[in-house]
Formats: sequence, C-alpha cells, structure tokens
Amino acid sequence: MHATLTSGAIDCDLHPAVPTIKALMPYLEEHWQDAFIARGIDHFNPMSYPPNAPLTCRPDWREPGVFPGSDLTALQKNALDAFGTRYAICNTVYGGQIATSETMGAAMCQAVNDWIRAEWLDRDHRLRASIVVPPQDPAAAVEEIERCAVDQRFVQIMLPVGVEMMLGRKFYWPIYEAAQRHNLPVGLHAGLMYRFAPTSTGWPSHYLQDYASITQTFEDQLLSLVSQGVFSKFEDLTVVLIESGVTWLPGFLWRAVKTWRGVRPEVPWVKESPAETIRRHVRLTAQPIDAPADGAQLGRIMDQIGSDDMLLFATDFPHWQFDGREVLPPGLPDRLVEKIMIENPLRTYTRLEGTVQ
Amino acid sequence: MSKHVVAPVTEFLDGTHRLVHINGRTIAVFNIDGEFFGIANACPHQGGSLCDGHLGSLVTSDSPGQYRLERKGEILRCPWHGWEFDIRSGQSWCDPKRIRTRSYQVDVKEGFELVKGPYVADTFTVSVEDRYVVIEA
Repeated sequence: MHATLTSGAIDCDLHPAVPTIKALMPYLEEHWQDAFIARGIDHFNPMSYPPNAPLTCRPDWREPGVFPGSDLTALQKNALDAFGTRYAICNTVYGGQIATSETMGAAMCQAVNDWIRAEWLDRDHRLRASIVVPPQDPAAAVEEIERCAVDQRFVQIMLPVGVEMMLGRKFYWPIYEAAQRHNLPVGLHAGLMYRFAPTSTGWPSHYLQDYASITQTFEDQLLSLVSQGVFSKFEDLTVVLIESGVTWLPGFLWRAVKTWRGVRPEVPWVKESPAETIRRHVRLTAQPIDAPADGAQLGRIMDQIGSDDMLLFATDFPHWQFDGREVLPPGLPDRLVEKIMIENPLRTYTRLEGTVQ
Repeated sequence: MSKHVVAPVTEFLDGTHRLVHINGRTIAVFNIDGEFFGIANACPHQGGSLCDGHLGSLVTSDSPGQYRLERKGEILRCPWHGWEFDIRSGQSWCDPKRIRTRSYQVDVKEGFELVKGPYVADTFTVSVEDRYVVIEA
C-alpha cells in the first residue's frame, strides 16, 4: 500500500506508554506520590504486552533502552509522519484500569489523563486521546469523565474489554450515560483486569492463548451490551472495539441473530436483530486485521458483516501487527479504503471535526 | 383461489385448531375466542409445523428489565426454533418484512349461502340451517 492511501487518515489506535511510575509523579496527588515511593514498585504496565514479546513493539520501531511507545519523537516519526496522519488517538494502556484498589486505580487514571494532555497532546497538534477511567468504581469513572471531557481533545472513554462483571450490567451504566451526554464513544481495548480466567474454560498456559483468545471476551461483552439493553437505553451510544480483530464478527453475528430469533421474548427490549444494532452502534479498529493477506477475501468478510461503516484505520503503534505501510491487505475497493481511513473515524469521533486548529 | 368449507361452527370449538389440505397446501385454521384465523402451516424457516407450536402472547418492553404482555393468544411460536408469527398477518416478529407465513381469509357463513356455491365441501354435507367456517385458499 502506498503512503498516499493513509495521507490525511485518522489513526484510531496508538499507544503512548508510561515507562515507569516516575513519569506520572508530577501528575499524582501528594498522597499517591508518597505511597508509590513508599511501596517501591516501579512498573505498572499490564502484562498483556510483555516488554520483549514480539507483539509489543515492531522490530524497526524498537530503540535500545527505550520502553516501547514512551518516546514522543519516535511516535511522531514512525506513526504520524510515516503515514501522513491527520489525527491520531492515543490509548494509554496502564495499571490504573486494572488495579484491585478503586482509589489507587482512580488516582493512576487521573494522573495518566493529565500526563497525556501535558506531555503528548500539548506537544503535537495531531494527537487526541481517550480518557482512561477506573472500571472498579463507575462513580469515580464518571467524575473523571466530567473533569476531562471539557477538553475537546479527549475524544473517547477507554475501558479494558475484560472487567469485573459483564459490561451490560447496570453497574456500568453511569459510564455509558456520561459517554452519551458528552458525545464520547466508549472504546473497549483488548486487555483484562484478570479477575477471571481469560478463557471461558480456565487459565491458559501460554501468551499465545491469552492474546488469541481475547476475541471470546469481545464477543461476550458485545452480546452482553446488546442483550442487557445498553443500546436500547442509550440510543446514541457508540462502542469501539479496539485491537479486537475483525474476522470473528460475521460468525458471531450469525449466531447472535439465530439465537435471538428463537428466544427473543427473554430480551423484549432488543427490538431488532442484534446484527442491526451492532452495525449501527459498534465500530472496530482495523488492526490487527486478522484476515488472509488477500483483499478479495477480506472483501468477502466485509460483505458478510454487511456494512462499510464499521472499520476504523489504526496502526496500533508500537505493537507489531504489520510491516512497512501495509496497514490493509491490497485489493480492497478504493471507496472502502477511503471510508476506513477518513469517513468512518470522523463519523465515530464527532469531536474530531470540532477541534481543527 | 377457491372457497372451501372447513367445518360447522358448532363443531369447531374455541381454543382449537384444524389442519386443512387444499390444492397441496396445508393450512392451519384456529378458533381464538370465536374469531377464526388461517395461516400456511409450514414455518418459512425450515418447515416446522406451526400449529404444533405454543400459541401465546407477545412479550414487549418499554425499557430494559421491563416486560409487558400484549396480543394475548395471538402469537404462534414455531415448535422447532421458536420463531414467532402473528396469527393475524402471518408476519414473523424477528424479520416481518422478509419472513412471513401466508395468511388466509377465514369467514363464517350461513348454510343457505353455501349451498348456492361455489364452495367446496369434500368431507361432509352442508345443511342450510347451520353456520360454517369457510376459508379462501
């Protein structure tokens, strides 16, 4: 794929990384500065991306002694300039969202949001960010949304896809209410709080299983959101599945629709086929694009999904999902590529157009 | 389309159904509180016999967690996969525009009207004094 295809595109998933808790010190409340120093624990990055795992950083994006994703200059060069990106949405995956303590989780999330604003958004006008919130405590999450949402450069609320309960539960609804009110999609990022085994049948032995099986969690959470009525209640809510992969979707939709047809009376608030609800409310970042490297085959999958509106361009920087600039398989129709690169992201993140500088 | 006599009204009891076979089609005729309805008996999904399914209500909702029963006794659920059909229109609830079973006009006629024809009553004799359930199929 030549560079012009991504010129002016909107990168909907890239990962500035907090190298160590030291980087957050200026942004933490006094008590938490003191507490982290007293604890002497330095590294709160979740183990979904072990530093030396191949997936964690593309080889040509690795720099000796630099924690992958932690350097602004490298991100500008490798992710923004290389692709001609117009906007890029920073999704910081860090320990605040998975801490077992609600108060520590909230403190870390608040610090990450202030850190991303000061050290990244203020230093490159192309950057936007997700608000990270503590799913341990939805009331605290809503407070954090209210605090950050006034800054229009925050364009999304991010949660790990695997939390402490199924995401359709009313426990989480205050987050969806705030998201809808502020015109912020809720982004569910690959990753777990590890309160439960990451597969439905137990704990895997290997990283391979852990990463590949995450699509099950996306399916479970998506169907929870639909069948527990989140989209019936919050009719303007958009949910973005980030780093979820894509090709599991057609088979999942088929199962969901077939089963719904037979047992619809148990969820009468679901008034249309789950596939239609999902096509309207749900978007997916197109990285990893877990399809055969053949545009025609991906085109068939898109036909099965039944919508050109759902995929969003993403590099997933610095994760290693593709080489060179091959962000999409060759051979996709130009019109579809244009939608993935620009139109779909702009329609999903409506705050982007309001922040042109 | 031709008109067929299904049964004398006095023999077609409330809350029951009958299967009639007309020109190779199997049609289920229902008596619901004295009102008669006819639909093609084969489910458009995989051919399940609709008349063997549960005839119940439509469960609706105003918001998540709230349930309401409507259309009592007018929603037929296929015994095979549970798809719901409106007994009045034959439309499915899951995809009413694309999935439906055919519905037929069913009326009650006086015997003296029927003996004039062109009604078809294969298995019994129509008498002028009785009233009959008649289907157009």
